[in-house]
Parts: sequence; C-alpha cells; structure tokens
Amino acid sequence: MIKTEHLTKRYGPLTAAEDVTFEVGPGEVLGFLGPNGAGKTTTMRMLAGFVTPTSGTASICGHDIGSDTLAAKSALGYLPEGAPSYGEMTVRGFLDFIADLRRLDGERRRARLAHVIEHLQLGSVLDQTIETLSKGFRRRVGLAQAIVHDPPVLILDEPTDGLDPNQKHEVRTLINDMARDKIIVISTHILEEVDAVCTRAIIIARGRIVADDTPAGLAARSRYHNAVSMQLDDPAQLATARAAVAALPTVADLEVSERDARLTALPKAGATILPALSELAASQGLRLKELHLESGRLDEVFRTITI
Amino acid sequence: MRNVGIIMRRELASYFATPLAYVFIVIFLVLANAFTFYLGGFYERGQADLEPFFTFHPWLYLFLIPAVSMKLWAEERKSGSIELLMTQPVTLREAVTGKFLAAWIFTALALALTFPLWITVNFLGSPDNGAILAAYLGSLLLAGGFLAIGSCMSALTRSQVVAFILGVAVCFVFLLAGFPLVLDLFRSWAPQALTDAIASLSFLTHFQSIEKGVIDVRDFLYFGMLIGFFLLATGIALELRKAD
Repeated sequence: MIKTEHLTKRYGPLTAAEDVTFEVGPGEVLGFLGPNGAGKTTTMRMLAGFVTPTSGTASICGHDIGSDTLAAKSALGYLPEGAPSYGEMTVRGFLDFIADLRRLDGERRRARLAHVIEHLQLGSVLDQTIETLSKGFRRRVGLAQAIVHDPPVLILDEPTDGLDPNQKHEVRTLINDMARDKIIVISTHILEEVDAVCTRAIIIARGRIVADDTPAGLAARSRYHNAVSMQLDDPAQLATARAAVAALPTVADLEVSERDARLTALPKAGATILPALSELAASQGLRLKELHLESGRLDEVFRTITI
Repeated sequence: MRNVGIIMRRELASYFATPLAYVFIVIFLVLANAFTFYLGGFYERGQADLEPFFTFHPWLYLFLIPAVSMKLWAEERKSGSIELLMTQPVTLREAVTGKFLAAWIFTALALALTFPLWITVNFLGSPDNGAILAAYLGSLLLAGGFLAIGSCMSALTRSQVVAFILGVAVCFVFLLAGFPLVLDLFRSWAPQALTDAIASLSFLTHFQSIEKGVIDVRDFLYFGMLIGFFLLATGIALELRKAD
C-alpha cells in the first residue's frame, strides 16, 4: 500500500508539488500523467525517499518515508528519471552491487539475477561497461536494478522513455506480468501507455492532482466519448453525408476531414448515436470504408485538464 | 556497517576503472621522490632518515588529494547516480563514510608504494624504523584530513573542477593556518582567542611533530576530529543539496 497525505514540496517561492493525496493498493498500476515540470518526478522522488517533503507524509507498506526510511526503501524498487547508473561499471558488476545492497544471498540471489537478466534481455551485454550501452539497454539496466529484489512496490519514472517499439512492448509486458501482486506507479507522457498498462491514472498539473480516475473514466470525459467516426469510400458523397448527419437530432457537433473523407459526429450528452448513423448510412446509400465508436481521446482530455 | 563496506568496494573499484588511479599513483610517486632527492637533499644530508621525504607531503597533498576527492560526490550529482544510491536502503552516513574510506584506502595504497625509499634508507644506514612508521601514519592522517575537506567541497557542487579548486583553496587555508599569511587576515579585527584558535588548527603545526616521528595523542585527536567534522559537513551539504 502506498499512502500519501497532503504531500507538498516547495523550492523557495516555487511549489513543485502541492497537497498531493492518494492511496494505491496491491494489483493497481497507477499512471502518473502530466506535462513536463508538473511535479511528477518531484512526487515520485518524495515517495522514494530522495526528496524530503516540505510538509505532508507518505508511507510505503505502512513504513513512513520520514521516520522509517530504511524499511520504506527496502520495500521499494525505484527507477529514477533518466535511469542514472555508474557508467564505468559493467552491467554484471552493477547488478552485483545492487544485489549486495539489497541483501540478496545464495540461491535466491542467483535466481533473481538470472530472472532479471533473462526478462530484460541483458545477457548479451553483461560484461560491457554501462557507458558504452545504447539508451534502451541503459533503461533496461535501470529497470533490472529496480526489480532485482522483487519488491512489493515499484515506482518507475518514465520506464519506456527512449525504447524502441519492441522494447516498449517487452517492458509493458513485464509490468503487466508483475502487476498482479505488486503496487506499481509509473510516470509517463505517452498516453497510449496508460491504456496499455494502467488500471488507474492521476493527472498532475502545476503540482496539483487535477484528475484521478480509471483510463476509461478519463476517456469518458472526452467530448469524443461515444462519438462515431465514419470514413466514406467515395469522397463525392461527403457533402450529402455531412448534411444528413448534421440533421440528426442527437448529434451535437460534427467534424469533417476532407483529406481522408472522414466524418466524426459528437453526440449530445448521454445520447447514443451509432444505431442512428448506421441506419442513415444505409438509407442514404453511403458506401462506408469504416464506421466505429470512439471511447474517447485521452490526449484531448489531457490537454483540456492541464492547460 | 555492511553497507559501508559495499559502497567502499564499489568506489575503490571505480578509481581503478578509469586511468585516474594509475595517473595519480605515477605522478605521486614521481613527485614524492623528486622532492625528496632534489629539494630535500636526501643524499647530501648524510643522515639515514626519511625526513626530507615526509617534509614535502603537505605540499604534495595540497594539489594531489583534491584530485582524488573531487569526484566523490560531484560526479554522483552530475550523473544523477546519487538518486540511485540514496534510494537504496542505505543511510547518508554509510554512503559518506564508505566513499571517504575508499578514497583514503586508495591514498594509503599510493603512500605504501613509496616503500622503496624505506628500503633504500635501511640499506644506506640504520634509521629509526619506529619513527618512520609513525611518520607514515601521520602522513596518512594528514591525507585523511585533506580528503575529508575535499569530500565536503565535492558535495557542494556538481562540477568536479569547482570541487578541485575549492578543495585546494580550503586545504591551503588549513595548511597555513598557523602562518602570517592566514593569521594576518584575522589579527587586525578578531580577538586574540580566535586568532590563537585558528593558529592551532594548522595542518603544518600538527604535522611537523609527527613527521619527526613524535607521536602526540593531541595530533591524532586533531586529525580525527577534523575528519569527523568535515564528513559531518559533507552529510549536511548532501542532505540540503542532493536533489538540486
């Protein structure tokens, strides 16, 4: 369990995080979203015990980060922003160093090291120094360091930044695999990631929590929630379609893209417009390439909330 | 305690992972011997002792020790690895101690490699080996004092160059605290008691008796307290500025 109460951090006149209060339980993957400089990293650093809060408290598995710091840190795996590490060390040497600090011994040590090396595909670079590695490998070394002791709580600051699509997929699979029995907090500004791994999302802007919801709940705040998008096979039919859709009583607004002959109809609050549009397409003889119901656009919600 | 050892081993290995360690050791040995033979008149004195060797240690350390200590924290802060280290289950005190000990052991190693001089002097005559051992110990303590100051300066900045310059400057003040160059700065305005107190902080005064092989508990205590004070200051500086 991660619990924060009124967590606040000020740097002189600048408030990096203000009154951040939330709880995360086992099985939850919490996505921390927000523009750059919104306070995501500061909040995560306070949870990891690296930055001392100006006021407020936080606890990891019941251990207060201020008064019971070592126990809190022991229960935690943390990937700092940018995955810093010791460039002159080899991957093997670095993981051994972390395993020493994490008190991994004997058979368990061997098994855990083998596990992270296999799952993060580090086998081929074990004897290379970290400074010679590509960005993707460095990030994975950072992840390996965070999970090597199998902690109940994981805090990962931008875990997929700098990875190629395949590596992103691997890391997301890894997070999903671990999600069942762990508490995971990740920060990201890649919104597709929220859908891919998070069960819950908190949006932070200017140091404050502005939204705390499931990804579906956030998407439902979008004006595109339950909107219907149709693409016409014949661009010549666009004008006819436009007039007919706009005439529907349940349609609130209509967006038209001439380039790919696409119409997006936004419903009035609470209205369902897919059946109506589907009938309309049949009755008007519109030839459709595509017709689909949108669940909402996270990027649009993100912009409306954070600007 | 176990964490101190783990951090110390990593830090010590990191010295040898870069050319720094080898460059330092070679330059230290060359300079130490050059000073002994050319400036100290090792042969001309006609005495079988290592005084001309130890006399120059404070000056040698003034420039070489800050080069060893400058990376201790400045590099961690610059690369961000301090965030990784301090979010492991270790205390700041363990980290500060471990890193300092690594630097100290490294210096001790460089100092130990001057052993051919000791063999030479034993070959040429019959020196007081007890006094030589005491002088080596004193030199090591002096190096520890310089390193603790350097560690504190390294914690104040993200730039190793700034850490080096600050380290040399502060070490210089401590080295000459008993001399007019420093004391005159205080004499004009400070009360006599303060001037005396500053004078008693001088590295040179405390080292001069040790280098002759005279072991005075007060000198050992002085260096011990100095190291303790600057390591504490390192911890405070890090606590305040580690995340900047």
